[in-house]
Amino acid sequence: MEFTDKHVQGLKDLLYKMADDLLIIGHRNSEWTGLGPVLEEDIAFSSMAQDKVGQSLALYEILHQLGESDPDTVAFTRNAPQFHCSQLVELPIGEYDFSLVRHFFFDHADAIRFDMLATTVVEPLQMVAKKFRGEIKYHTMHADIWMKQLGESEEAKMRIQSTINEVFPYALGMFEPSEFEAELQEAGIFDGEFALREKWLNKVVPLLESYGYSVPNAETIIPEFGGRKGQHTEHLQPLLDEMTEVFAIDPGADW
Amino acid sequence: MYGNAYVDPENKIVNSITANEDPIKLAEFESRIAAGDKIEPMDWMPAEYKKQLVRMIEQHAHSEIIGALPEGTWITRAPGFRRKLALMAKVQDEIGHGQLLYSAAETLGKSREAMTNDLITGKSKYSNVFNYPAKTWADSAVIAWLIDAGAIVNQLANSKGSYGPYCRALDRICAEESFHLKYGHDNVVFLATGTPVQRAMVQDALNRWWEPIMHFFGPPDKESIHSATLMRWKVKMGSNDDMRNMFLDMYVPKIWDLGLTLPDENLHKNEETGRWEYTEPNWEVFKQVINGNGPCNKERLAVRRKAEENGRWVRKALAKPSEKYVTPLS
Repeated sequence: MEFTDKHVQGLKDLLYKMADDLLIIGHRNSEWTGLGPVLEEDIAFSSMAQDKVGQSLALYEILHQLGESDPDTVAFTRNAPQFHCSQLVELPIGEYDFSLVRHFFFDHADAIRFDMLATTVVEPLQMVAKKFRGEIKYHTMHADIWMKQLGESEEAKMRIQSTINEVFPYALGMFEPSEFEAELQEAGIFDGEFALREKWLNKVVPLLESYGYSVPNAETIIPEFGGRKGQHTEHLQPLLDEMTEVFAIDPGADW
Repeated sequence: MYGNAYVDPENKIVNSITANEDPIKLAEFESRIAAGDKIEPMDWMPAEYKKQLVRMIEQHAHSEIIGALPEGTWITRAPGFRRKLALMAKVQDEIGHGQLLYSAAETLGKSREAMTNDLITGKSKYSNVFNYPAKTWADSAVIAWLIDAGAIVNQLANSKGSYGPYCRALDRICAEESFHLKYGHDNVVFLATGTPVQRAMVQDALNRWWEPIMHFFGPPDKESIHSATLMRWKVKMGSNDDMRNMFLDMYVPKIWDLGLTLPDENLHKNEETGRWEYTEPNWEVFKQVINGNGPCNKERLAVRRKAEENGRWVRKALAKPSEKYVTPLS
């Protein structure tokens, strides 16, 4: 089928939010380097951060092919209102339980998202989605193992439980619908945020329950929306100021 | 990365460090080392050999972990995807080296927890260079190039040492460090051949780091029976001055080639002796820094201490009372 302007706009919107999510969570995860609760977790969070930032780069490259600026310019010169990431990914790393629970929620959503995109009609996106799946498999495995084993200790379980309750509205915020949902589905680009949210709930709720945690009822929670439309928490702009600090000295220079 | 093991010259170890050892076992041990054999964890070894190795490997491991901090602060600021991804991977490697080295030291009977406690209480040392701040992006480039280069000089020598687990860890570490060096060099080249602002930035960083780099190899060794024994046992593989000279020989020409200068008018190679001559760095400063009075000592340990405290609940949750600590074997 021939893409209309609306289809292309919808595709760009989809690519931007996925790429921005990955860049920002990758950036956040990299902040654990040198500070993890055990060395092995410093290393694991750094590995995942590298995958995420690498994946964001691949998506910004697709955007570049669609006529957007080059990846460095797109990533290192925009301000917070121009970012489409969910609020979940921009929150500070907090303590380990926060970063772990966020990682669990985010990676299960991303695993399903790229699983869905493995059959998209947009060929370059289909290719990267298939590649990403192989990487994300290890991220969800990592999150699952930690959520499970921390659930086996009373003290840790209490901490994780209270973090699940606190993070859940932000996690639901990942599925904020875009204004192009109908176009994306009609063109065979993406099945949409609602379908993704349902699949995600069917995955994470039974998993968490099997580890002994309880999960708030998604139907009664008000999701933290806004991120996809450029409305962010007060944490994103300082992150971007830091990220672009050197680049901004001379954006035209080769670094 | 790391610095050469620092042997405190004030530490008067009795000359007869082997006095209480079984002479037959000692002779056998020394002849194995002379023949190029590696000593393995279950082998007999003199008490002083073990003590020095634990101290040295532990100090090296701490240096990797603390060394991740000054560079780590630039991960979130790295300009552009290429540098961001490379720096993340580099610093991750350093943490991995720490993990590998703690395991090597554990084969000699000291647990990682005990080593970590000695680090955060200030009982164990780590390389002095990490007590200086990385003020700008160019500092992180200079560290990645020249501090890692210095570390490779030390580590290549030490990888020919006598303790099997340490040598094997160093072989792997050196392979990874050589990529760090390439990354650092590439980064410095971009700055040195870039805009006037970039060039000034890297020259400044080099001026700041020159004394810590000269300090990195440690003060000139005093000749002592102690160090002669450590050399014979292949614990210490060369004098600090030899290592420093090797580094200067390899890197000063490369620095000058980039049109950068070094803040020492006396620095030159004496073609007759083949050795580099330079102004002695201020060893009083070195001593001050190693004893806790450097610009960042307190901050580095405070960060480590906080990480240990914040992560305690996680480690506690992982500990299974039914499982006993087992010393790794190789």
